[in-house]
Amino acid sequence: MKARVHVMLKDGVLDPQGEAVRHALSTLGFEGVNGVRQGKVIELDLDASDKAGAEAQVDAMCQKLLANTVIERYDVEILT
Amino acid sequence: MKAAVLVFPGSNCDRDLAEGFRSIGAEVSMVWHKDTSLPEGVDIVGVPGGFSFGDYLRCGAIAAQSPITRALVAHAGRGGYVLGICNGFQVLTETGLLPGALMRNGALKFVCRTVGLRVETSESAFTETYGKGAQIRLPVAHHDGNYVADSEVLTRLNAEARVALRYTEQVNGSVEDIAGVLSGNRRVLGLMPHPERAIEAAQGNTDGAAMFASLTGALALV
Repeated sequence: MKARVHVMLKDGVLDPQGEAVRHALSTLGFEGVNGVRQGKVIELDLDASDKAGAEAQVDAMCQKLLANTVIERYDVEILT
Repeated sequence: MKAAVLVFPGSNCDRDLAEGFRSIGAEVSMVWHKDTSLPEGVDIVGVPGGFSFGDYLRCGAIAAQSPITRALVAHAGRGGYVLGICNGFQVLTETGLLPGALMRNGALKFVCRTVGLRVETSESAFTETYGKGAQIRLPVAHHDGNYVADSEVLTRLNAEARVALRYTEQVNGSVEDIAGVLSGNRRVLGLMPHPERAIEAAQGNTDGAAMFASLTGALALV
């Protein structure tokens, strides 16, 4: 079973990299970009065969390692 | 006095930190990250600067899950002293021994220079010799030193006088100019500046020596 984790900075935490990307877009002439937030996508290939089990396992991984919940939030997506 | 310095793949200030501890007469052991226990009778553990595990995932995140780090957390839990510098500070926040987190510098640039700092409390084994309000200068060298914490954590840190050091100039965008914080029992210090790079005249600056001198007094009583 495959899982995909999206890790993003929490709302309200200033994202200096996202801001730099926004400035660069504006320099390139892309107008009307009001905000850019940059995150991470982590794909996992798991032994688990049931969706609920995989979800619980990946959630535990996020809590312990994949995300720093002081500043980041995450979403777990189970793909087949 | 017995000190241990943890060594991760990518640590690069480990030997400097060991010299810092030796400068106050400590017997120093270097401890590899795969070890599962600290040497018997260690009084203080140093978590050095560098780029442990290439800063993969997040700075300090992988090191925070290393076997030796479990022993470090247990040492802190027993009331042991811990000094985390730069990447070591990042490791300590990732383990949860210290609150908050260290993000990419506000201006996105790697900052490598000597900066002004104010010692905010003398009530710790690390800052006693400086005295509260002392103005010092220490080198910094980091890309991710932008300290963040929510308002609840900041209120608690300020109320309990656990901000050990603040920058007196703009360095990395840290909230309230925080450069170093103490644990609740005041025995764990994490800071971004490098006191171990400023202990001998040959280094051009000796403002870091007083941090090690402070430890002499505190650890003599352990």
